[in-house]
Amino acid sequence: MTLDRVKKGQHIKILSIPDEMIRAQAIRFGIAEGAIVLCEEVVPAGPIVLRKNKQEIAIGRGLANRISVALN
Amino acid sequence: MAHCHNTGLKMDIPAGARKIVLAGNPNAGKSVFFNHFTGLYVDVSNYPGTTLEISHGRFGSDVIIDTPGVYGISSFNDEERIARDIILSADTVINIVNAVHLERDLFLTQQIIDTGVPVVVALNMVDEAQKQGIEIDVDLLSDLLGVPVIPTVAVRKQGLDRVKKALAAARPGNIDAGLQQKLTRLVDRVGSQAEALLVLEGDPVVAGRHGLEPGGEREEIYLSRRERVNDITGHVVKETSRGANISSILGRWMIKPATGIPMLALALWAMYQVIGVFIAGAVVGVTEETIMIGKYEPAVRGFVGQFIAENSTPGTILIGEFGVLTMTVTYVLGLLMPLVVGFYFFLSLFEDSGYLPRIATLVDRLLTGIGLNGRAVIPMILGFGCVTMASITTRLLSSERERRITIFLLGLAIPCSAQLGVIAGLLAGVGPQYAVLYALVILTVLVIVGTVLNTLLPGKSAELLIDLPPLRLPRMDNVLRKTATKSYMFLKEATPLFALGALIISIFQVTGILTMLQNLLAPVTVGWLNLPPETATAFIMGIVRRDFGAAGLTDMALTPMATVISLITITLFVPCIASILVIFKERGRKEAALMWAGTWVIAFTIGGLVAQLSGIFGNGNAARGIPLIIAAFVTLALAVLLTCRFAKKPKNSGAGC
Repeated sequence: MTLDRVKKGQHIKILSIPDEMIRAQAIRFGIAEGAIVLCEEVVPAGPIVLRKNKQEIAIGRGLANRISVALN
Repeated sequence: MAHCHNTGLKMDIPAGARKIVLAGNPNAGKSVFFNHFTGLYVDVSNYPGTTLEISHGRFGSDVIIDTPGVYGISSFNDEERIARDIILSADTVINIVNAVHLERDLFLTQQIIDTGVPVVVALNMVDEAQKQGIEIDVDLLSDLLGVPVIPTVAVRKQGLDRVKKALAAARPGNIDAGLQQKLTRLVDRVGSQAEALLVLEGDPVVAGRHGLEPGGEREEIYLSRRERVNDITGHVVKETSRGANISSILGRWMIKPATGIPMLALALWAMYQVIGVFIAGAVVGVTEETIMIGKYEPAVRGFVGQFIAENSTPGTILIGEFGVLTMTVTYVLGLLMPLVVGFYFFLSLFEDSGYLPRIATLVDRLLTGIGLNGRAVIPMILGFGCVTMASITTRLLSSERERRITIFLLGLAIPCSAQLGVIAGLLAGVGPQYAVLYALVILTVLVIVGTVLNTLLPGKSAELLIDLPPLRLPRMDNVLRKTATKSYMFLKEATPLFALGALIISIFQVTGILTMLQNLLAPVTVGWLNLPPETATAFIMGIVRRDFGAAGLTDMALTPMATVISLITITLFVPCIASILVIFKERGRKEAALMWAGTWVIAFTIGGLVAQLSGIFGNGNAARGIPLIIAAFVTLALAVLLTCRFAKKPKNSGAGC
């Protein structure tokens, strides 16, 4: 499934990130493909907030629906 | 300078001085280190082509250079490009690491170590980490990285002197053996390990400097670096407890619409009270009226008047109504400076506390519809202060497409604070239903034009991907310093533009072009906008200064509907001449000319549409037509939204909306 379908509080594993630049940026944030993260918040129709340890990032919905994830 | 490449900055670096560079992630606390190390003698220079300011200062016989906060060095944005060039030219790097975010921050640390430069790591905010139950084995971290690691609490000056002493022990750290082999192979061709690293990581700029194709191994190198960093973190960090504290709960509230929107409204209201009421009223009253118009202008007129007659051509240009020495100086120092300082103060406050990225997250959904993402909220808010300032800030947006849309919307539909004051005054006199009409028409135009641009412009805008740093109480010295440098940089860049603008307007006045334009416009205002011919003068004056245009209407006896029509037209009409010059500077001649013409067309089309609709619906009673006019505009907006959504879907396979 894709990241925009994830619900608040679910733990997920990032399977693939589409764009090369975004993948590089995500690796820097520590949220690379294969990482297990927590869905901290879902802004209705808006960005998804992910958390790994103390690191939080917000991902726009248009990007989230191209990132594939699996429930963990 | 001893180095083959320079940093792109103009700096006086004495012969034999070492370049010590401070590097770290955003909000790691670099500025506190910088101030402690350099003391009073600090130079701030603007990096060419950006609004970024780089500080450097003396440290004994050496030089300390600050860098923008980045998560890694490459060519992803201006900050990174600058940080990259400065780090590449460094003799020693002090890397400031946030102990709470070790896993994230060490990525940059390892990347800097991979460049082969001698490094000292300052492990900052260890007190905060301790409070959150994070324990770090500093000796082991130092062993694994291969460089000195000094725990610090910079804001309380703890550990700073140890960092100074450790500089002598700075050394190149441990590098992955496989990566080292590849680097060694390339070093012969590019001269330094740092450059070799960036070429391998596919940095197009650095590769271009050596006439090489950028390497394709970025992802591989990044992934193995990430693995290495996670491994190090796993060994040195022990987490004892983890509980939600107040700041993380508050941070959550800020991004949820139910709580976030009221909080944002409260923040904007506070901003309005301070900037809109206190600064624009009381402070500007003193600085503009009392000091500049009351004291400065008569003095400069008297002085220059001794040599040049005030009503001669050079007299008009220098000290006339729109003179370079009179209007420009009064406008920039008396009116603009207090407002710009006020806006940058709030922006710095939001930035330092960590609120800004949360606002961006909250409003992201609204802005994606018009082809922008949450980050564009910064120029949009600044636009209500000064459109010229906001237009310069569009440089922080990540793609050309977003810069283009934002700059056009700013010039078209965002009234600046100078103009807002006059508009609010006029609307207060005509009744709330007219004020609602004004606000809704401007808002629908913003939405319609943004949506249409988003549909028609080729390409796709960047999606939001931002770090949400932990909320913290803003540090006042940080906020004040940021406010001061940003305001200074803006005034330095904008003052020549305001002067040039004044010069152009004065020339128009002397040659009679201004009157000609007014006469040219008069038939349109009478026939299409149903307004008296004198309002054309107000529109043209809006080019000089946006508030001049609106203020010109105050003296005319207009019906309430005519007032609203002229205010709508004047708001949408071309921005002030300084903004126009910034648009030309940022967007190039062809695109800027198109935008400029676009604002003329849109302003008069919309103004006329309201006038004609009011004639049809109002039937002699203007107020009765208001709900129908609003309904017409909302319907139009909905129709455009639906059409654009429909038009966009098939081409982009659903990715557009």
